[in-house]
Amino acid sequence: MFQLYLPIAEVSVNAILLLGIGGIVGFLSGMFGVGGGFLITPFLLFIGVPPGIAVATGANQVVASSISGVLAQLKRKAVDFRMGLVLMVGGLLGSWSGVQVFSYMSSLGQVDLFVQLSYVLFLGLIGAMMFAESARALLRARRHGGAAPVRRAHIHTWVHGLPFKMKFRASGLYISVLPPLGVGALVGFLAGIMGVGGGFILVPAMIYILGMPTKVVIGTSLFQIIFVTGFTTVVHAVNSHTVDMMLALLLIAGGVVGAQIGTLVGVKLRAEQLRILLAVMVLAVAIKIAFDLLLQPTELYSVAPLVLP
Amino acid sequence: MIRAVLLALLLPTAVLAEGEEIVSGLSQNRVEITANFDGSEILIYGAVKREAPAPTGAPLQVIITVEGPSTPLVIRRKERRAGIWVNTSSIMVDAAPSFYAVSTTGPIDKILSGTDDLRFKITLPHAIRAVGSASEATGSKEFIDALERIRSADQSYRLLENRVQLVDETLFRTDVALPANLTEGNYMVRMFIMRGGRVIDSMERVIGVRKTGLERTLYIMAHQQPLLYGVISLALAAVAGWAASAGFRLLRR
Repeated sequence: MFQLYLPIAEVSVNAILLLGIGGIVGFLSGMFGVGGGFLITPFLLFIGVPPGIAVATGANQVVASSISGVLAQLKRKAVDFRMGLVLMVGGLLGSWSGVQVFSYMSSLGQVDLFVQLSYVLFLGLIGAMMFAESARALLRARRHGGAAPVRRAHIHTWVHGLPFKMKFRASGLYISVLPPLGVGALVGFLAGIMGVGGGFILVPAMIYILGMPTKVVIGTSLFQIIFVTGFTTVVHAVNSHTVDMMLALLLIAGGVVGAQIGTLVGVKLRAEQLRILLAVMVLAVAIKIAFDLLLQPTELYSVAPLVLP
Repeated sequence: MIRAVLLALLLPTAVLAEGEEIVSGLSQNRVEITANFDGSEILIYGAVKREAPAPTGAPLQVIITVEGPSTPLVIRRKERRAGIWVNTSSIMVDAAPSFYAVSTTGPIDKILSGTDDLRFKITLPHAIRAVGSASEATGSKEFIDALERIRSADQSYRLLENRVQLVDETLFRTDVALPANLTEGNYMVRMFIMRGGRVIDSMERVIGVRKTGLERTLYIMAHQQPLLYGVISLALAAVAGWAASAGFRLLRR
């Protein structure tokens, strides 16, 4: 019942299950402004979709839920287009170099390990930092008898001393273009090697490094992710024919609805709560992957199709 | 040496001289993969034709194999290095069947002799080794065993003993369930009849497994028009994203 044969993946999967996965990832995407690439790939692998197809088709799904999320944020004027474009320029440069590193690691036959280590390192680091910061913020708020702390439009950091200043009106920032370019490049690089949109890195980087207000961060992050994952989708479709449209359609159908609900829920939560939830989720994925590396697998051998260069 | 070669050349004719031949059929010679494809069951049946009365002595036995298209593979092994599990060694197999099922009338090691197994490449180890030259490398046995173990666990490789029904040493039939995660290509069906562990006659048939309809259209477009395919995928994503947003706006009004 409801089984569907995927033409590119060549496996038969349950359509309802795919809608559900799309929905969950879309929900998180709309709520936190992350693309959800770091969640959807493990989900798809778990139900038996081959890795290459999971990564490429996941990217396609992220495009849809990000567009749905951006449109929802747009109504609140919570998208900083100028910032998004600057991030994107950096992102394209970074993503190009990331792909080079990725193919070098593939030629060594250690790309799985490399990707897993990147996940553990970056997810662990960022998750821990965000968790510590948002936990402090929550505690501080509680100690002050529930009264909201004094809010500034943004936090001043070392970033504000650099040259080439530019006005980012939606973020209420007047800062150098160098930090956004650098952040974009770093995220693009990671997207290239890890096959993700990079929202989970972009969101904290925009908050802590660029000092952007949390309410603008989500929309802007999603805006940038649309382009990174859109680019990734087309590159995968052309180079490796691994985008499964049938799979993508189901994930998308679930994802766009999930993203809308996620946005509604996200608005009701406080910024600190939102950040701590995202931190917990990011940490959980990092810990899961770390355990996979540390514990002895039940099957030491693995079988993969041989791709001739 | 020369005598051995001559003997080998003569063997097929000697086989026919026993006067028992297979006449066979399949319930279908093509399988169409549509969007709601959920596996398929194929009935393989046949009869043994003989000019003289059935010989007495060792009873007739039947083995039926179904083999999916072969692909090259890499088999990797993990070892612990600096505390984490890393792929350290690997072997390449030139071609291993994507699906392999062996159905028999009895325990396979009792009804089939080792030499005929090797000659007709009936059991799984021979079916894999027969096509993989790289598997001759030293220490490759563990890797091939692992391939068998992994593919048996996901039901791609099956040994179905006592699953061929044989009536009066003449009529035989079996059902082979093809899994839902079927690979496209030609599936070879081989039938063997045996007495005393020796193969008397064999026959081959082919089942074509093809994607049809939307499945086929998408698959062809993904491979022949990849850029267009990628752009359409993106367009679908964009439209779906916009539609959901617009839909929810209407809902909230």
